[in-house]
Amino acid sequence: MAKSTAVKRARRTLVWLLVIFIALAGVNLAGTIWGGGSFTPKLALDLEGGTEIILAPKTGGAAVSDEQVAQAVSIIRQRVDASGVSEAQISTQGGQNIVVSIPGTPDDATLARIEASAKLDFRAVLVSDAASVPTTTPTPGLSATPTVAPTNASDLAYVTPALEDQFLNIDCTSTAATDAGQAPADQPLVACGEDGAKYILGPVEVAGDTISNATSGVAQTSSGASTGQYVVNIFFNDQGSSEFASVTTRLSGLTGAQNQFAIVLDGKVISAPRTLAVITNGEPQISGNFDAASSKTLADQLKFGALPISFTVQSQNTISATLGSTQLISGLIAGLIGLILVVLYSLAQYRVLGVVTIASLVVAGTLTYLLVDLLSWRAGYRLSLAGVAGLIVAIGITADSFIVYFERIRDELRDGRGLPSSVQAGWKRAIRTIFASDLINLMAAVVLYIVAVGSVKGFALTLGLTTIIDLVVVMMFTHPVMTLLAELPYFRDGHRTSGLDPRQLGAVYRGRAQFKSPSAAIPRSKQESASREAARRQTIAERKSAGSTTMVIDPPRPSDDTTKQPGTGGSDKGAKR
Amino acid sequence: MAKFSELGNDLYTGKRSYNIIGRRKLWYAIAGVLILVSIVGPFLRGGFVFGIEFSGGSQFSISQVSNASQQAGIDAVKSVDPAIVPLVSTLGQSGIRIQTDQLGDAEQNSVRDALAAAYSVQPSDVTINFIGPTWGADITGQAIRGLLIFIALAAIFMAIYFRTWKIALSAMIALLHDLVITAGIYGITGFEITPAAVIGFLTILGYSLYDTVVVFDKIRENTAEWGDKSTRTFGETINLAVNQTLVRSINTSVVAMLPVASILIIGAFVLGAGTLRDISLALLIGIFVGTYSTIFIASPLYAQLREREPKIQKVDQRVLAQRAARGSTAPEKVTESISAP
Repeated sequence: MAKSTAVKRARRTLVWLLVIFIALAGVNLAGTIWGGGSFTPKLALDLEGGTEIILAPKTGGAAVSDEQVAQAVSIIRQRVDASGVSEAQISTQGGQNIVVSIPGTPDDATLARIEASAKLDFRAVLVSDAASVPTTTPTPGLSATPTVAPTNASDLAYVTPALEDQFLNIDCTSTAATDAGQAPADQPLVACGEDGAKYILGPVEVAGDTISNATSGVAQTSSGASTGQYVVNIFFNDQGSSEFASVTTRLSGLTGAQNQFAIVLDGKVISAPRTLAVITNGEPQISGNFDAASSKTLADQLKFGALPISFTVQSQNTISATLGSTQLISGLIAGLIGLILVVLYSLAQYRVLGVVTIASLVVAGTLTYLLVDLLSWRAGYRLSLAGVAGLIVAIGITADSFIVYFERIRDELRDGRGLPSSVQAGWKRAIRTIFASDLINLMAAVVLYIVAVGSVKGFALTLGLTTIIDLVVVMMFTHPVMTLLAELPYFRDGHRTSGLDPRQLGAVYRGRAQFKSPSAAIPRSKQESASREAARRQTIAERKSAGSTTMVIDPPRPSDDTTKQPGTGGSDKGAKR
Repeated sequence: MAKFSELGNDLYTGKRSYNIIGRRKLWYAIAGVLILVSIVGPFLRGGFVFGIEFSGGSQFSISQVSNASQQAGIDAVKSVDPAIVPLVSTLGQSGIRIQTDQLGDAEQNSVRDALAAAYSVQPSDVTINFIGPTWGADITGQAIRGLLIFIALAAIFMAIYFRTWKIALSAMIALLHDLVITAGIYGITGFEITPAAVIGFLTILGYSLYDTVVVFDKIRENTAEWGDKSTRTFGETINLAVNQTLVRSINTSVVAMLPVASILIIGAFVLGAGTLRDISLALLIGIFVGTYSTIFIASPLYAQLREREPKIQKVDQRVLAQRAARGSTAPEKVTESISAP
């Protein structure tokens, strides 16, 4: 007899699952060998310790308000979160210092991401000069007030003798000059570029707080080819868009240095592009001296806003785990004991079928481990003790899918179907329930991941991960395995220990043939309850048929798409529900 | 276990049936009492105890200690007040940092002296600082926003999936019931509310809705075929569905609770207070209450909401009248009603 399509499909699905496994393990292995990953997931602050960075505000003696500190904490948290789900802890100390604890050792990019103020302005360029070491000396006492009131932000009337003198004498090639570019927003400014070029800039025309979003990536030409240059894409809100449009309109009509506008970050010109076209859609692109990391850092800083005050790193210390390794080991032991109990319970409840539960859990566990490992390598995910507990709890929720499925199969068996057809029919009902209920969990995960910050975000990732794994395992492992097992005589014929014994399940019908003469055909001893059921049912049927002229009891229906088993293939879906 | 699978059979066929929907007043009364206790209890005990992550606290730092043992610090703090749960970490090579809940001046000084003695330094070498919460208002605010969006989406999803808002409403009331009781247990036992407990709380939220969807999907199946020809009332149809999924509910909650219970027992009795205890208590109670409330709160509520619909009332009255004519008070104990296709 040719194998049915369900069996073929089951085999194919299992092969696909194997492919996924090999692919995941391969990526992990490759990551371990070449990419600096590892075969164990990284641990979070509570289990592994990390680095504690204390940031002190740079205020020059002025008092720092509580709101400023709270706002800074919130912005720093978003910036830290943007670098991955590492569950950093951020708090205040003594009312004005900010304490950032992050797992592992932070690199310079991370530190820059945390401490930089990220105040970004757009100013028109008035005068520019290439990198050079000044040869003159500053002249004090020059006039700093324009003789003619400037008409627009590109008006050279802004360049007073004092400003010109400052411009001539600034040495942008020395690192000491990096802090030079400080001036009120409505005043012109002398500032240095990252490449050492120097500029006289007009007043602020578009402020950084009109940025609604920022992304980073490799620039593409209009034909879609990659230029290999990293850029930061800026998306303005409505106010920023219209301001930016009017700036570019004016500048595109000018020539020379005045055609340029400068993007000033924390007093430094990071880019001074020429204005070749009027940008009206409010989506300019900044190119500069970026690489992948620095463009992402800037985009994150712009996206989450400028800090209300600048901070400097006051101290940086390694910090040990707050929970000793005893906690982790105890947690793992507890999880193991719990798992053994789950195994025993499944075996007691589902007999040999429990083995399918256990195998499914093993598959789910392995998948989870591989994915957590992958996430910890690529997305900075770290396992905290709460995360470990969450994964252990997920065991129960994952097992529920199998329980729902098995109970549905048993329900179908109770209605007198053969095992292969019960498996398929039970699956159709079960998967609907599993989809609907998993969708709820997935929704929670996605919403919390997008909206929440800090450890709630980490939780959302764990929840989403385990829910998807649950779906994958039940669809790609448990169901195919059940389909194949249903063909084995041991399960098909309902061996006493298989957990799918129709006699123990009190199947209502013993097959179509026997149903036609109920009381005689039903065996006595073991199936007493079943025979009672059938008998009762029959009375009702008779009672009902007395009232109606046509009566269809249990319309025979071909079993779905499996090979038929003589004597057990009766299906009564029509009458059942 | 043969007994248990037999129970499953009997529940499925309706041979044995627990009258859950019919006794709804009892369940509502129990729920009312539990909710009342959960709300009043914490206040009688003195309110919720928030962990240092929420409220901030005191930080003692000692640098240049010769023996940076974490245990010595824990013991020293515990010797002052065993109720304090210190977070001790080593800082760099020879620094030690101890964080506790906000202490009073006197207590703070005793802790300082105890620490100084434990690490053989002068009390003046122990720096005391106030530290702010790591779980600040911004995290709470964002989390609550996320929750509200999720709950609204879940309600809309359920209303669309089940094609009736009454299921969504019942599920939400059951969810509220679960959250109030789980929170109440924390208030009553005085366990600290830590970020771990909040994470446990969120897990419960998901689990409670998840469980409700599973059971209601069976209710949906059964009631979809309920109609003019039925021999059961609407409430009895729901009752059958709840009974038919009872074995699943028990199995699932046992399987979910076994690992959590072992974490709680090891966490609480072997390790004492800490992350494991905080999260597993929330989970254990939540899983139990979440399973319970689907059966005893959400289902009866749904039956009650729907039974008032005129169409359903009509069928119910006919079923009851037929039954009265037969002189019987209970539905026939049959698998299902047989209806012509």
